[in-house]
Amino acid sequence: MLREISTLLAKDFRLEWRQRAALGGLLLYVGSTVFVCFLSFSLRGGTPPPPAWNALLWIILLFAALNAVAKGFMQESPGQRLYYYTLVRPQAVILAKMLYNTLLLMVVALLGLFLYTVFLGNPIQDLPLFVANLLLGAVGFATTLTLVSGIAAKAGGNGATLMAILSFPLMVPMLLLLIKVSKNALDGLDRGLSQQSILTLLALNMIVGATSYLLFPFLWRG
Amino acid sequence: MSTAAIIGSVSGLALTVAGVWGGQRLIEQRSPGQIWKGLTVLLLLGASAVGLLIPVPPLPIVNESIRNLFFHVPMWFSMIMVLLVSVWYSIRYLREPSARLDVLAHESAKTGIVLGLLGLATGSVWAKFTWGAWWTPDPRLNGAAVAMLIYGAYLVLRGSFRDEQQRARVSAIYNIFAFAAVIPLLFVLPRLSGPSLHPGQTGNPGFNQYDLDNTMRQVFYPAVIGWILFAFWVTQVSSRFVLLKLKHDEN
Repeated sequence: MLREISTLLAKDFRLEWRQRAALGGLLLYVGSTVFVCFLSFSLRGGTPPPPAWNALLWIILLFAALNAVAKGFMQESPGQRLYYYTLVRPQAVILAKMLYNTLLLMVVALLGLFLYTVFLGNPIQDLPLFVANLLLGAVGFATTLTLVSGIAAKAGGNGATLMAILSFPLMVPMLLLLIKVSKNALDGLDRGLSQQSILTLLALNMIVGATSYLLFPFLWRG
Repeated sequence: MSTAAIIGSVSGLALTVAGVWGGQRLIEQRSPGQIWKGLTVLLLLGASAVGLLIPVPPLPIVNESIRNLFFHVPMWFSMIMVLLVSVWYSIRYLREPSARLDVLAHESAKTGIVLGLLGLATGSVWAKFTWGAWWTPDPRLNGAAVAMLIYGAYLVLRGSFRDEQQRARVSAIYNIFAFAAVIPLLFVLPRLSGPSLHPGQTGNPGFNQYDLDNTMRQVFYPAVIGWILFAFWVTQVSSRFVLLKLKHDEN
């Protein structure tokens, strides 16, 4: 199982590296949205107020995550899927995909935060908590979106639209918690205040991961 | 947690499980079932009439609008119940696929959507007259909106498949996944997020916190049972209709 996962993970990384256009597109997407934000805020003298700063960051990350994960299952042809099916267990496929998306989104999130602070200022008062929350968010986005992208890929046709429709309601509760914690970190509030939300986020990630693990074999069988 | 609270949650869980199990029996029942349908009519009419007529405690701001408690809250209870039934049908579908289970899951979800929209409408009217706005940024309201969006997405997902078996399988997967990922949070988030306009929201939003006096309880519980039975009845009728249509198309 572990060997299957690591092989699949290596395969995903190699594919990503060979098709650098997709990765470059993603980074350019983050960069250009941040730049547009910078341009619109510079009209009224520099940095946005902290609540707007926070909301924009999460919106940028949400859409970047959606774009990043959406291509995962969709770029595979049915023939390719059949080939994997004969080689590995479906559980290995979903775990490898979730792990890969998690790593990808962590990189995107950190890079996004870096660009964002360069252009729009850095009002964060509790940086370790903020970054931890950001990484937790990347894990949450990856686990939720991975199964949804598998579902959307099955529908074929307008996969990207369908994926947005299917995943946004699922991510609203998670986003609410993430934005709350990141607001606390932004204002430098006592960490005890964020503890409960972080625990809920962890529990949520586990629920989502476990249900994906259980449901994916059924999705794959078709 | 006190022992009373533990006993309360365990019995709540047991009642829910019993409700889901019984609900399936009622939805799949093909005999006339006069007794429980008569009881539904009796409970709904009785609770509505009595709810409008009995004297209620004159609370500030809420005043007479507290009577909406007999309509608004039971709608949410029955929505959760019928959605649980839908998820259970989806799980059963994945274990042993059949067109029948798919129809049952779909129809239960549709009944849940109708009840959710009714709950939103009654809640919105209530909010307008007590809180002064049709919609407020309250955790409960956000949760309700998210739940409606999920089931809207469920319907869109079903619409985007041509192949019936694939539609049934993939929508069952989404149904289970969405329910597991979001519905528990609808109960957790209101407890996490500070003050709210809903009664008894800080701390435990369980409905012991309502300023229910005992006469109101005597109307409220029958109303809840009546609405839940009504949801199963609606689902039974609509699923019978769809199954008959399926059978007719086959011949």
